[in-house]
Amino acid sequence: MARGLFSVTRTTGAGATALALVLFLALGTLVAVALRAEGAGAFTVADLAALRFTLVQATLSAALSIALAIPVGRALARRSFPGRGVLVMLLGAPFILPVIVAVFGLISVFGRSGLVSQALLALGLEPISIYGFHGVVLAHVFFNLPLATRLVLQGWLAIPAERFRLAASLGFTARDIARQLERPMLREVLPGAFLVIFLLCLTSFAVALALGGGPRATTIELAIYQAFRLDFDLGKAALLALVQFALGAAVALIALRVALPPGFGAGLDRAVSRWDANTPMLRALDAALITLATLFLVLPMTMIAVDGLPALATLPASVFTATARSLGVALASVILTLALALPIAAWSVKSGSRLVEGVGTLTIAASPLVIGTGLFIILFPITDPFALALPVTALVNAVMSLPFALRALVPALGQVEADFGRLADGLGMTGTARLRHLWLPRLARPLGFTAGLSAALSMGDLGVIALFASPDAPTLPLQIYRLLSAYRMDDAAGAALILLVTSLALFWVFDKGGRVNADA
Amino acid sequence: MLTLETLHIDLDGFTLDADFSVETGRRVAVLGPSGAGKSTLLAAIAGFQPVSGRVLWDETDLTPLPPAQRPVTMIFQDNNLFPHLTAAQNVGLGLRPDLRLSRDDKARVDEALTRVGLGGLGTRKPAALSGGQAARVALARAVLRHKPVMLLDEPFGALGPALRDEMLGLVRTLADEVGATLLMVSHEPEDAKAIAHEVVLVADGRAHAPVPTAEIFANPPAALRDYLGREG
Repeated sequence: MARGLFSVTRTTGAGATALALVLFLALGTLVAVALRAEGAGAFTVADLAALRFTLVQATLSAALSIALAIPVGRALARRSFPGRGVLVMLLGAPFILPVIVAVFGLISVFGRSGLVSQALLALGLEPISIYGFHGVVLAHVFFNLPLATRLVLQGWLAIPAERFRLAASLGFTARDIARQLERPMLREVLPGAFLVIFLLCLTSFAVALALGGGPRATTIELAIYQAFRLDFDLGKAALLALVQFALGAAVALIALRVALPPGFGAGLDRAVSRWDANTPMLRALDAALITLATLFLVLPMTMIAVDGLPALATLPASVFTATARSLGVALASVILTLALALPIAAWSVKSGSRLVEGVGTLTIAASPLVIGTGLFIILFPITDPFALALPVTALVNAVMSLPFALRALVPALGQVEADFGRLADGLGMTGTARLRHLWLPRLARPLGFTAGLSAALSMGDLGVIALFASPDAPTLPLQIYRLLSAYRMDDAAGAALILLVTSLALFWVFDKGGRVNADA
Repeated sequence: MLTLETLHIDLDGFTLDADFSVETGRRVAVLGPSGAGKSTLLAAIAGFQPVSGRVLWDETDLTPLPPAQRPVTMIFQDNNLFPHLTAAQNVGLGLRPDLRLSRDDKARVDEALTRVGLGGLGTRKPAALSGGQAARVALARAVLRHKPVMLLDEPFGALGPALRDEMLGLVRTLADEVGATLLMVSHEPEDAKAIAHEVVLVADGRAHAPVPTAEIFANPPAALRDYLGREG
């Protein structure tokens, strides 16, 4: 079409610049890492153990999340009850929930002095511990069961209602429906869902940092961090970073061959009418499943409020300065995310090339720890990397938000150009006029959503900052981690509550901001 | 004079050829079965559609020019108005695409809105306008752009018969005032009879040279007879 004919060169220029920066961060840092890794010694037994632990925990976490998501998703798909909409919305919350906050909540429920242990003690049984292998898996299931449930639920609701009516008129039993309708759907949905969760668990650093550790529960990323912070062995850190990248790239390559599920499904607010599942047994089963899943999700969050509220009054001032620091990082990260995503999206739409978007999405497989290690190696000879901790964190967080930003912006911008591109071309709206009077107003919603997402993700990030931060300038998540490590549980609870509220509020404010004054 | 010189369009196997001229100031209806390429022909003249051959206005070759630099203003089937801008802003885009309007510009916008019968409605957004009012806003902008060629791609398809006649009357008056050469795609033979001096028939991969309206309906060629069905 004519879009390619009169492509605006400024769009191409800005898009190429943004993309080059992303490529530099995702791959350029890798070159720095590879060069540095040459001098490093061979793999040690501990490194192999870390590799094995990483793969085993990711596999088990993904498998468990999916296995539990199937019955819960089915229950949600075939029951409608008051509060169902809220529950489905809650299933999206862990995505923007700061990891360290969730970890705190899980400790309050499943830790040695948590609710479950106290109940066990009351029954005369041994208390359970949350640290180590099963703690890491538990936290990963907590984060990914909701995601898996949403994906599975989406699959169920994508089955046309007519099929279920047809099945009912043909007298299908629940078993027939499972065989003819549900299993084919699950075969389509599950591989993609498994891969996404596997990838998320592969690159989840903060959970391993807070709950793992020791020879039997160290992931590769945690090993990078330890080589870095404890031994200051850059060669070892670089070698491990290469391994981590190889893992991520391998999974991403497999993922390219499997249809990945779309990120944020809309329209999950209805239930399918089913005629086969109206037996008392099945109703009780579904009710139990939904209750258990809700408790699993809501209890840790409630505990943060319960433990955190009384602690608020006595919080040390350092928590508030850390909050201010985190807010600064989050806002800078929002600006950087939009400054990167909008040009790349524009170039992608103008050139009609999926490649541009694909390269932007590359970062989903990249690990912030690897990028951080590379940046450190590059910056170290030039300047003091620790002094740049906050800007680097904001930048890396922005790059990590990019895949989600592009997924929201590219289709929306494509639609805007399809609807109004010719009109704008005909009127000569180019450059800033097009940006100000067409793109920004028409993209307000996805831009608000993107800004909210990147603000919340950056606010709660506990990744690169752990590598770079100097002891006297932590962000809020890092401060909470330090309080937890020092067993100052009351202060940690108060700080976790502040972080939880700030992250959710940031998302809400930006997302809402994009909806204000929206014209049809 | 608008000249299409050995114009050839190839769209993944769909082809359209045209080789004719339209005299300045003529009003031309573009008729033909759906899918024949009526809209594509207009898109080619407006500069949205890559072509081989040439599009000329008098002696000037328009072919290498981007849409905004052609002496052409176009009204589309839909999406003529930006929903986030007011009616006045939508019209103002015809003067300045960056909307930095001077006091004088604003006065001209108001005048154009009054001219199409929308005086005082400039602050409304498209969602608060009826279909007919929205069409008038698009016409006001076209008038304000003051380009010698006006292209209308079935702009009133969604309007009822009475409103449609009213809008056609307005188009006719406005085009005459500006002295514009008008090409209007329609699938209603009645539209052609109402305002067109001539008819361009698009069928079987070819846009035929314009024929006076009375003549073509008095003695319709086979392709038009097929299209008109019983009415032919």
